[in-house]
Amino acid sequence: MSMPIVVEQLTKRFGGFVAVDDVSFTARAGSITALLGPSGSGKSTVLRMIAGLEQPTTGRIWMGEEELTAKTPQERGVGFVFQHYALFRHMTVAQNVEFGLRVRKEEKGSRKERVEELLELVQLSHFSKRYPDQLSGGQRQRVALARALAPRPQVLLLDEPFGALDAKVRQDLRRWLDELHRELGVTSLLVTHDQEEALELANQVVVMHEGRVEQAGAPSEVYDDPATPFVAGFVGSANVLHGYVDRGHVHLGAFRLPGADHLDEGAAATAYVRPHDIRVAADPDDAAATATIERMATLGWLARLTLRLAGGEVLVAHVPHDELAGAEEGDEVWVDLRNPKAFLRPDHAADEADTLAEEPATA
Amino acid sequence: MSRALSVSGSPSTSASRARGRRRLVRGLILGAVVTYVAVLLLLPLVGIVWTALEPGLGIISETLAKPEVRHAFFLTAQITVVTVLVTSVFGLIVAWVLVRQRFVGRSFVNALVDLPFALSPVTVGLACVLLFGIDGWFNEWFTARGIQIIFAVPSMILVTIFICVPFTIREVVPVLEEIGLDEEDASRTLGASLWQTFFRVTFPNIRWALLYGIALTTARAIGEIGAVLIVSGLITGKTETATIYIFTAIEERQTAEAYVVAITLAVVSVVLLVVIEALRRRTEHGRSH
Amino acid sequence: MSSAAQTVGVGTRMRGSPPRTAALMRHLGLRGAALVYLGAIVVLPVVAVITEGFGEGLGSLREALAIPYAWDAIQLTLITATIASLLNAVMGTALAYCLVRYRFPGRNFLSSVVDLPLAIPTLVTGLMIRTLYGPNGVLGEPLAELGIQVVFTPLGVLLALCVVTLPLVVRNVQPVLQELDPAEEEAASTLGANAWTSFRRVVMPAIRPAVVGGTLLTFARCIGEFGSVVLVSGNNPGKDLTAPVFIFQLANQFRPQEAAAVATLMFAISFVLVLVTARFVMRRHET
Repeated sequence: MSMPIVVEQLTKRFGGFVAVDDVSFTARAGSITALLGPSGSGKSTVLRMIAGLEQPTTGRIWMGEEELTAKTPQERGVGFVFQHYALFRHMTVAQNVEFGLRVRKEEKGSRKERVEELLELVQLSHFSKRYPDQLSGGQRQRVALARALAPRPQVLLLDEPFGALDAKVRQDLRRWLDELHRELGVTSLLVTHDQEEALELANQVVVMHEGRVEQAGAPSEVYDDPATPFVAGFVGSANVLHGYVDRGHVHLGAFRLPGADHLDEGAAATAYVRPHDIRVAADPDDAAATATIERMATLGWLARLTLRLAGGEVLVAHVPHDELAGAEEGDEVWVDLRNPKAFLRPDHAADEADTLAEEPATA
Repeated sequence: MSRALSVSGSPSTSASRARGRRRLVRGLILGAVVTYVAVLLLLPLVGIVWTALEPGLGIISETLAKPEVRHAFFLTAQITVVTVLVTSVFGLIVAWVLVRQRFVGRSFVNALVDLPFALSPVTVGLACVLLFGIDGWFNEWFTARGIQIIFAVPSMILVTIFICVPFTIREVVPVLEEIGLDEEDASRTLGASLWQTFFRVTFPNIRWALLYGIALTTARAIGEIGAVLIVSGLITGKTETATIYIFTAIEERQTAEAYVVAITLAVVSVVLLVVIEALRRRTEHGRSH
Repeated sequence: MSSAAQTVGVGTRMRGSPPRTAALMRHLGLRGAALVYLGAIVVLPVVAVITEGFGEGLGSLREALAIPYAWDAIQLTLITATIASLLNAVMGTALAYCLVRYRFPGRNFLSSVVDLPLAIPTLVTGLMIRTLYGPNGVLGEPLAELGIQVVFTPLGVLLALCVVTLPLVVRNVQPVLQELDPAEEEAASTLGANAWTSFRRVVMPAIRPAVVGGTLLTFARCIGEFGSVVLVSGNNPGKDLTAPVFIFQLANQFRPQEAAAVATLMFAISFVLVLVTARFVMRRHET
């Protein structure tokens, strides 16, 4: 019943400014795909092009076997949920939800049924006669969702749907949307700048930056295996270390990490390490370096360490307490990097992620 | 003026003196302002009603029964209705184009809309003469087809439209800007055609602003004199509006009739004013339901 | 009442690209209709006047001034307009202040009365003044005995202009005053400022653009005013004849070219004024 969406080499230019640059991806039928990126990355523009609210400069859009590119928004059969709700302010909740059905000239009886069905789905049955300005932000967004779903669209497009809401409401609605999607199974595309939201909700994350797709993949892929420096830095928190390649090793401050034989000699490199990939080593090996524990904060069973390396760099590490072996603030410890992602600096030809050889797990 | 009870001595006395001074200043300003308005407006209003009704109330029905007078009111109504229709429909179009479309020269067009405010009505009438008068630019074309523009009703309608162009546009533009595109976009994604979107979503949001503009247009059209006087040719029973009737009546010393017509117009205007005030309050609060 | 020269906001999101075929036709069709409407109704007449009046460049303007009584009429118009504008600037601001800050019985009534000149035909206003202050008028007679003549003098013209433009400054300043937080003036008083200082240093700077804009609007309106002036002045050249009435007379005497010359001159003056007003209004929007 639900359709996949294929976006093929989509480009959008506003005068001289390129907002979307050769974007391609596929959203499988029934999945949630998150378009994740900072403001200005072009993700909203891509969504609006899929809806038909903007025309691509070049590129094509498909819904299943049907090409959408030349069709008007009215003809596409997509549901769209806006960041600021866009509810019709002079209509009641029920009239808002009913709108898509009225416009298609569905007869009154079936319209009413459908409206009731949807209001129950979004748990706002008692609000049917209220006006948008009498509702809270979260309630308004639920009405917007009901309204978009009423005409049974094949695809649901959500443009930063929780962006205008309080943190608590955002969390609640996120969970609620997840459940709703499981129940309905409509192909959904969600634009967000909140990577937590993307990682939590989506089956597929498309990371965008300055109009281009940086990486598209499952949340775990994007998180554990960033394809570019941008993804590594944007998704999840990361420590950044700068260094260079020398004789098959990457030198990052005091760290010498092997496994870099295939990289250009002398090339500058940047590495990204997640806080939970930094280990305090009991038996140091070649790759480890010394650091002073500048600050230690307890986060339940984790300790959050601020480590200052001999060269002055600062790392933030999340280490389980039992691995600390009694180390305290001010102590000097050996520090080990696990699964670092090193990239050559952009001024070099190759800009690929190279996972350096995995460090053997410390006991 | 009672003294405030004080716990500590002098400070409260000076405070109450300051308060008293402030009250005095306030009273003076208020007094000056009220006097100004009274002298300028209220007195003349009272004066004209008083003078008009001196010959007795019968003068009202006498005057209103005269065919020239009836025709004058009828003509004013005609011109006003056509003006309101034209400026509303085209005003909406212009407002829409200005707010929703982007094109070279948009700010120029925006400035054009305010142009009628910069012109004296006599200049507008003059322009009409230059265009359609004896040596006018288009005179030949129209007289060849037997269409009389100048010194006939069509020219009177044209100048009134010119003068009333800005009202609806200036009222609708800010509202169109403020409500933004989202509702219209939502409507399109839900399957509504352009017309459906306009009537069901956009129009209800600009309703009150449009009505306010129409009310202002009506008041202005009814009261128009300068331009319309120049192009009318003053043909009694044919091209005399209510205001022109007043003008010629005064010239011909039929002051009693002039007063009656004038007061009638004033009454209509005041009623219109009440409507305008109510509408203004509506547009300011932005309630559209 | 929205102020003149309302600029379309720069930050408004507009449709980024024109829609497809049929919708594109509609899109352009609307634009065409708008341009034809404005072109035919607004541009064409103005072009006609300027072409006739400015036909020989600045020479025509000099010729315009050479027409007998033209300079007197223009002079009288400018002087009365200036005085009326300044008077209404002061009183209008005071009125706005009273309406916004003071509570008193009859405040709503006063507010409505101030709006009357917006609705009442200018001709009727002129007639009202003439009736009251005319030679047989209730106030006219006693004043005449005191030697003060109102109608058929520049004083009458001035009076008419003041009445007709009364609402303009008030309505321009009122919304700005309303948005001003009284807390600012309270802060000033806690810091030791008296009422006048606080008004001068806190309120005035905030409302200055609105006051100036309203005054310029008033001036532009005054120099073009016809309906109220024509019944109140004797239309005697050199004595109480204003430029608009003069243009009217010229047109009636089938001297449209001369009328156009004077009209163009007056138009140029008010055009410059509207531009200046627009810049003031825009500056207010930017702050």
